[in-house]
Amino acid sequence: MTALAKLARLIRSKNAGPFELTFDIMFEDAATYERVKRSGALSREAVAASYGLPPGQVKFFFCDNALAVKASIPRPAAQGDLADADGHGGQQYAPLMDIEVP
Amino acid sequence: MDEYRVLSPTGVLGSGFLETSFETALARRPHFIGCDAGSTDPGPSHLGAGYAAFPRAAVKRDLRLVLAGARQLGVPLLIGSAGTAGADAHLEWAFDIVKEIAREENMSFRLALIHAEQSKDYLRRRLREGRIKPLDPAPEFNEAVIDRAERFVGMMGTEPFLRALEAGAQVVVAGRSSDTAIFAGLPIKHGFPAGLAWHAAKILECGAAAVENRKTPDCMMAAIRGDHFVVEAPDPGLACTPQSIAAHSLYENADPFFLKESSGTLDLTRSRYEAAGDRAVKVSGSAFIPTERYTVKLEGAERIGYQSVVIGSVRDPFIIRQIDDWTARLRDRVHARVKQIYGSSLEPARYHVHIRIYGKNGTMGPLEPVKEIRSHELCLVIEATAPTQELASSLAGIIRHQALHLPIPEWSGLITALACPYNPAHLDRGAVYRFNVNHVVEPDDPYEMFPMELYAIDAAQVTRYEMRDTSRGIRDASYGI
Repeated sequence: MTALAKLARLIRSKNAGPFELTFDIMFEDAATYERVKRSGALSREAVAASYGLPPGQVKFFFCDNALAVKASIPRPAAQGDLADADGHGGQQYAPLMDIEVP
Repeated sequence: MDEYRVLSPTGVLGSGFLETSFETALARRPHFIGCDAGSTDPGPSHLGAGYAAFPRAAVKRDLRLVLAGARQLGVPLLIGSAGTAGADAHLEWAFDIVKEIAREENMSFRLALIHAEQSKDYLRRRLREGRIKPLDPAPEFNEAVIDRAERFVGMMGTEPFLRALEAGAQVVVAGRSSDTAIFAGLPIKHGFPAGLAWHAAKILECGAAAVENRKTPDCMMAAIRGDHFVVEAPDPGLACTPQSIAAHSLYENADPFFLKESSGTLDLTRSRYEAAGDRAVKVSGSAFIPTERYTVKLEGAERIGYQSVVIGSVRDPFIIRQIDDWTARLRDRVHARVKQIYGSSLEPARYHVHIRIYGKNGTMGPLEPVKEIRSHELCLVIEATAPTQELASSLAGIIRHQALHLPIPEWSGLITALACPYNPAHLDRGAVYRFNVNHVVEPDDPYEMFPMELYAIDAAQVTRYEMRDTSRGIRDASYGI
């Protein structure tokens, strides 16, 4: 098992507008991307579990030509609202780093 | 015309670019220069309070170069989302900088200002007509939200830009715009495929952000042809790769394959990315699906209240291990003290106390999966939000004092529980805002929400040469682009 943080070239989070957060998980080469994709370890359900959300709230995509996986979730608080802690949504990806890939 | 060349000097006007890159780009003779000057990314305060996110001097530096470049080549300059949020206050601010540059540089050109701020009456009417529809996710939107709002903008498509150029403008300074609409309209008007034009626009609007080895904000160029486009950064030290360009379609979008615009949807499911030499990428296969119903996305901000913040830290392991209980007791004590002082004149519903615990879940709040505290110290950021700044400051004073001496069972006697780095211990933040809408309007046409003013600028002389078009709809057969 290898942590996703060791396989990805970049894991990042960002606002997708003021009401959604989006995660990009990008790989250096096709072999690593295919390994992660085929393992099933990185999935809508895995992302949902990382953030304690029902899978139905997660949008999830494999982007073969970008060697990237993308997921989007609703923000727990709208950008800039009283309970928001991360105005740019940039520091929400850490739980994804720990996903274990066979 | 076998290709249409588009130059984007930088991802956001005011964030800068290299003059050497810009000169290289001008030597390739772009057909026009486009500049995205705004975003919601800096947060709701800019729309709410009506000021820009980048310093005036930084915007002026960039604007001076792009205006001079566009005039030197005799090509249009299109600026969208002026002044960050693109409402009237932001548009006036940007226009003022343009006039100042024209005066200083002795420039002459015709300019269009395109407004994007929306009147509350217009929105009430469209809401009653059922022509304001929620996106997903969206907050509740009703007449009370409209009444409370500070201001609203609509996000314009390509059509108001093209109308301004048809009216003779050489420089267009537009309010809130779809980032891509700034770049997509002209290539489509010149007969190039809409899918390629919109996809190139999506890459261009972030300047050189899509290169593999981004160093600083810089220029990006695209050449759009009959069945593909080629993107390349003018700086010879920057390289695009098929992967870096493909990956850019992910950036800041919830869906990487379908990108919604006013006039349709950019479909990237069949896009192909190939290297074209060492630094350029050829893109083909992108499609644009015109919409049945033209829509304009709304952005709005309302003032939540005024805020004061107490920052303090805790090092005592007894307090750290009971921090949730401690903060709950702090909250209770603050409410009790407020009631004692203000009675019914300040009910709990009219103010808000928010406690962030850094070292526990300050960054991720409810999304934080790590439950146990692993730190030997915690930082507390405690906010009081109230209807006036005076009240917010008073609440912060109460919070400070209650937190300082909040007892814990492990110690007997008076303790001082919070280390405050600042004196006075609280910071007054002024008005704070929230975004209040994530909806689209269905207008009669692409123009009615975006009236235009035309000016002839000749150095210091500024002459308005047409009445402001309050636009009872110029219908344009080409609006399905």
